[in-house]
Parts: sequence; C-alpha cells; structure tokens
Amino acid sequence: MTPTALRRLVALLAGAAALTAADAASAYTVYVSNERGNSITVIDSTTLEAKQTVKIGRRPRGITMSPDGKVLFLCASDDHAVLAIDPATLKVMRKLKSGPDPELFALHPSGNPLYIANEDDNQVTVLDVEQNKVVAQVPVGTEPEGMAVSPDGATLVATSETTSMAHFIDTKTNKIFANVLVDARPRFAEFSKDGKRLWVSAEVGGTVSVIDPETRKIIHKVTFQIPGVSKEAIQPVGVRLTKDGKTAFVALGPANRVAVVNAETFEVQKYLLVGQRVWQLAFTPDEKLLFTTNGNSNDVSVIDVQDLKVVKSIKVGGAPWGVVVSPQ
Amino acid sequence: MSEGNLREASVGKTPAAPARHLGPAGYLVCMSGIVGRELLRFVQQKERFLSALVRPLVWLFIFAAGFRSTLGVSIIPPYETYVLYEVYVTPGLAVMIQLFNGMQSSLSMVYDREVGSMRVLLTSPFPRWYLLFSKLVAGVSVSLAQVYVFLAIARLWEVDIPPMGYLTALPAFILTGLMLGAIGLVISSLIRQLENFASVMNFVIFPMFFASSALYPLWRIRDASETLYIVCLLNPFTHAVELVRNALYGAFEPQAFAVVLGTTIVFFALAVVAYDPGRGIMGRRGGPKGEAA
Repeated sequence: MTPTALRRLVALLAGAAALTAADAASAYTVYVSNERGNSITVIDSTTLEAKQTVKIGRRPRGITMSPDGKVLFLCASDDHAVLAIDPATLKVMRKLKSGPDPELFALHPSGNPLYIANEDDNQVTVLDVEQNKVVAQVPVGTEPEGMAVSPDGATLVATSETTSMAHFIDTKTNKIFANVLVDARPRFAEFSKDGKRLWVSAEVGGTVSVIDPETRKIIHKVTFQIPGVSKEAIQPVGVRLTKDGKTAFVALGPANRVAVVNAETFEVQKYLLVGQRVWQLAFTPDEKLLFTTNGNSNDVSVIDVQDLKVVKSIKVGGAPWGVVVSPQ
Repeated sequence: MSEGNLREASVGKTPAAPARHLGPAGYLVCMSGIVGRELLRFVQQKERFLSALVRPLVWLFIFAAGFRSTLGVSIIPPYETYVLYEVYVTPGLAVMIQLFNGMQSSLSMVYDREVGSMRVLLTSPFPRWYLLFSKLVAGVSVSLAQVYVFLAIARLWEVDIPPMGYLTALPAFILTGLMLGAIGLVISSLIRQLENFASVMNFVIFPMFFASSALYPLWRIRDASETLYIVCLLNPFTHAVELVRNALYGAFEPQAFAVVLGTTIVFFALAVVAYDPGRGIMGRRGGPKGEAA
C-alpha cells in the first residue's frame, strides 16, 4: 500500500468516526470562568474546541445564565460585584451589587432574583437583577458557598463551609427556617428536578449527603473509594443530577475523578478520569455531554453521559472554576 | 505448500528455466504454502501462543498496575484526554508482541537452516526475495492473531480503544510487523547457531523495547536524559509504537510512517542480499558446509 493510499484510508476511517461523534450532540455554547486567568473561555459543544478566551472581571468564579440564555451572570469576587454579560459579545452590560466577595450564586427558576453567597461576610445577598437592588441580606453560617433553589422556587439552600451546615431559607420571607448538619466543608447543593431530593457535597468529609427537603433528614451518605487514590484526595465538590433523577455526577477534586452515582440505590457505578482538581460540572440541555472544570490542569474535560466516557480535555484559561452551558 | 510439495516443485523444474512460467497463481500458491506452514506451526505450538500472550499481559496486569499513575498520564497526541498508564502502555505492548514474533521467526529461520528445510525452500524456482517476503507475511499473519487476542483481553481490563481504532490500526500493525520481521530476517542471517539466540534477546529485543516510547512518553524520557531521548528517537521501535498508537485512535503520524516504511525497505533489502548464496553472508556464516556452494 502506498503512503498516499494509506493516508487516504486512515483519513476516510477517521472521517467516518468523526461523523458519528458529531451526530451525538447539538450545538450549545459553553462558558467557563477562569479564576486565575481573570477570563471567560467559550467552547463550542459540537467541535469541542475553545473558540475564544476573553479577559473579564477579577477572580471570576460562579457563573450562570438567565433561563432565556440572554444574560450571563458572573461572580467577579475581587471586584465585589456580579457582572451581567451579553453572551454574544462577551461585553459587560451591567455591574450588579453583590455584597462583598461573591463566590457562587443561584438564580430563581423565574430568572429573578439572584441569590449570592458572600464568602467573607457570612451572608446571602438577595438581588433583584432587573432593578439592581439588594432585596435582603440573610445572615448564615461561616463561609457560605453552595447555593440551590428548589424547582418550585419556594426554598433556597445555602451551605456554609466552616459551619458544615445546609441552611434552608424561605424565599418569601428570606428567613432561615431549618438547618441540617452535614459533613465537613459543604461546598455545593443540588436539587433533583422533582424537588424531592437535595444533594450536598462535603469537601473535607469526603461524602455527599442526600437530604429529603420535606423532612430535612439525611436519607443517605454517599462515600467514595478509588483504588490507589488516598482518602484525603477524595474531595467532593460539584454535583449534577440528570433530569430523570436516576444518575448523579460528583466531582471529586484532587482525586481527578468524576464519580457516577446511581441516584436511586446511591451506589457508585464508575469513576471517570478527568483533569486535575475537578470542581464544577455542567450538562448540555440535552444531557448528552457533561463539562468539568479542572482547576490545576487548566482544562475542561468533556464526558459522554450515555457512554460514561471522557471524550476530550480542552485547554482553557488559568484555573477554570465554574461552567455553564447555554440553554439553546 | 508443504515441504514435500516444495521439493517436488523444485525437482520438477529444470534449473535453466526459472521463474518464467510461474504465473500469479503460482506466486499465490507459494505464499499460501509458506504462510500456511507458519500458521500450522503456530497453531500446533499452543505454548508459543500462550507465552506470546502471557508476556504482554504480565506487563499490563503487573507492571502497569504497580506503575498505575492513578492520577492520569499527561495529555499527549493522539490522546484527547487523560489516560491511565494501562491505556498508555497497551500500544507498546502490542508492538512488543510483534517484536518477539519477529525474533521468533528469525529463530525459526536459523532452525530451518540447521535442519535443512531452508535449503529446500531456497531451491524453489520463485525469486529469493519473494520467498523471503512470503516468510515475512507468514510471520506478520501470526503476529496479527496474537496482537488482536491481546487487545481483546486488554479491553476487558478497561483499556478502551475506539471500536474503529481496531480497524484503522490494522494497516499499521501489518507495516510494523513487516519491519520487525525484516529486522529478524537480517539477524537470522547473522546468527551462526541456534544457541546464540539468547544474545539476540540481550542485544536486540531488550534495548529496542526499553529505549523507546513503549513504556514512557518521550517528553518524560527527555526530562530524564537528552541523550536517551535521542537514542529513543533513533530507535525504529519508537516509531513503530507511535504509528500504532496514533492509528488506534484514527490518527496518522507521517514521520513514524516514513521511518517504519524506510526501515522495512532497508532491512528487507539487506535480508535479500544476506540470503543470496553468491554474495550474501549466509553461506559463510550459515549451516552445514557446502550449503553456500
């Protein structure tokens, strides 16, 4: 076989393989906040290439999007502000009041208000994003970070890292009505789509507590064991649940793994190897792909949700922290 | 074609009329005879098949497990994400199977020479290069069977290769098999006696395998020693491994391809010269007296 013929054959086969892979996902835009790079990287979910990296804000961490996909919200921690960004141009449209050192936030399902965790001030700021007005400031435990709003919008959960608690806040009165003690350093909270389960990760405790939001009792604590990886390296942070509530993905920090957990039996099905120090996760709206931010290797790994395989790791800016995928 | 047939064929022809009446069908019969004999020998030697498999599996299960690098090997092409060491080392082990197979074929050449069946083969009316090439093809067929069984077992060990990769790697495996077989042929022409084969292990197999990218990525070797890095780059085995590694992931590495193809041609040409009783070294170094005459 001549070199050209061989090259053609290989190109043909590779092309066929690429074609089947491309079929798998629709085109979404993925936005990644780079904590040390002070930038946002934009990734195309079809080509899985980083399209551009734009300098924006100082120490950007939490990142989310309005339900209509028209506004990108970004916690610029060292600017002590939340930036409202046009996702098309990546220009800052408005600088919103966030209270000091915003780290992570959650948007009400209706698109307003925005609930912001102020890490240094032990409070949650409730911000009307349309009027740029602070509606309330709710005192919580020390170092709040994880934020989640129940699908019906009635309950806000904030987790405080040092107090090791999940605070349940009524979104009508903006008052805490219950606290649940979880394992050390809870950093993330996620409701199931039916609102019947709340998953709270504990970074130092190495566990994920599954809570019944109605009784506020811990139903189960998911633990992780990876052969050859020390227990201390297993530090759960980001959690995402599929819409059908059957599978949970848990980012395990410096274990460089994402755990796939059966959300009904709470058994770990698989550990997927991703980049270094994985923290936050985001699905595409069709749930075909899951993106992970790997802070120490400066890349984003892409997981094929159906095959449970890591398909690619994409270089982004310095220390990627948060990730969000456009709804369209 | 069995040895008996070969002998009859050679006896039936007059030495004055070589190769002229041998149509393509004849060539095919000749090759299928040689390949068939090699495959038959392979199938009947179950121990050989097992040992060919056990060697890389020991590396995969024991060495790679101890060396796991649980937190992932840095991304280098063709990998698009982090891989475990098991995944990294698999292409190198697959080509190692072919390396041992190539040397084993050379061993069988020495054996054939000692027992005299080589002389029968070389008195066939087909051109010498064609006979040697058929020998190479025979060796490659055997190695492909071994390689794919190994890859199937590795898959059970969570060495996930894209399904298309098994197909795209086939031409690469054929070429690397030919290269290592050709090197084996040249070596077999240099070995005086069967007993010397152990030295082939020491002087050929081990250095080729260890001074390559089979076990460690080249950047890591470069970190350790620039000289060793250059040695690895000069080692055709490195390029064979990289050609296969890329092909397994549907990628084509032109440099590795060029080196492997070039090495195959050079060593095959050397083998043809070496096995020419008139000019070659076989007669002088080879078996019983008078064979060269």
